[in-house]
Amino acid sequence: MAGRPKQALNIVDRPLSKNKLELSTVSVSAFAFLTSEIIQYTMDNASNTTDLDERLDRIGYEVGVRNMELLSFREKVPRRKPEVLDALRFIHSTAWPHMFGKTADDLQQAAAADDEYMISDHDLPTNRYVSVPKSYGSFNPGGLVAGIIRGMLGTAGFPARVSAHFVESRDRPKPTTTFLIKLDTLVMQREALVKQQR
Amino acid sequence: MTSACTFVIVGQLDHPIYEADLTGPKEQQAQYLHQFVLHASLDAIDDIMWSTKECHLKTTDRFNNLLVTAYVTPGNSARFLLLHDGRNDENIKSFFTEVYELYLKIMLNPFHGPASKIMNKEFDKKVRTYARKILGL
Repeated sequence: MAGRPKQALNIVDRPLSKNKLELSTVSVSAFAFLTSEIIQYTMDNASNTTDLDERLDRIGYEVGVRNMELLSFREKVPRRKPEVLDALRFIHSTAWPHMFGKTADDLQQAAAADDEYMISDHDLPTNRYVSVPKSYGSFNPGGLVAGIIRGMLGTAGFPARVSAHFVESRDRPKPTTTFLIKLDTLVMQREALVKQQR
Repeated sequence: MTSACTFVIVGQLDHPIYEADLTGPKEQQAQYLHQFVLHASLDAIDDIMWSTKECHLKTTDRFNNLLVTAYVTPGNSARFLLLHDGRNDENIKSFFTEVYELYLKIMLNPFHGPASKIMNKEFDKKVRTYARKILGL
């Protein structure tokens, strides 16, 4: 017998919870599986490693845009991030635990330029179960997460170029992944202007 | 008593992704004027936006007897503008917070780009319901 068809809830009517206990988590194996499928799918469509990197970046970008708003909403007191440092700290301390269970390992400003910042993670979950053959050169599967960072900064009003790099470290068996964040000149000009006005 | 009231959501690329005329039927000219005033106020909002951590930006611009109150989403991705004639300030805060939740649900859609207009009828219905309940229009 046909049951009563369920009325599909319009997206606007679905509840959006702020309560941490109601949030569901994803298992590492599911995440690793998804990452490997994403990389395999983009590998089939890409023509070279740069193209592959760009495609992963684009996928990550969409994730980052939505992550930014959602995580800001879930905070106890929604505050905005008018300065670059605010946004970067938000990524380091709020977005990373939400995505990977712990804060990012390092957030530094590059010594050479003041529009470059670096976020490092010693054991990036996307790279944990992916091995890169020598023929791919310096390709880093963390390009997906680089796209996420770019999306979060972009939607917050800080357009930037984010790239993922491997950094060998003497006291760790596996290389650290460092995300180099190069902010647009627009951002630096605006920051300078705001500082002047204060 | 009718009060002039127009609500606009402006996306990242500075164009409106949602507009709602919350009062009764008005003449064409007043509508154009409202749109113009709201767009002009974007500059004032941009100035204030980057120097404060607040979401609610209170009254940012005025034109004759019309005030523009703004709210910026915590993720900096959209601005809500309300053109009104100076009453019920507290209610406007709660109105913006309610619409923020609705906006969030819409933008989480992977197919909703940064420039897509919000065409969802339920969204429109809910915004007008909130306007009636909270702003008393």
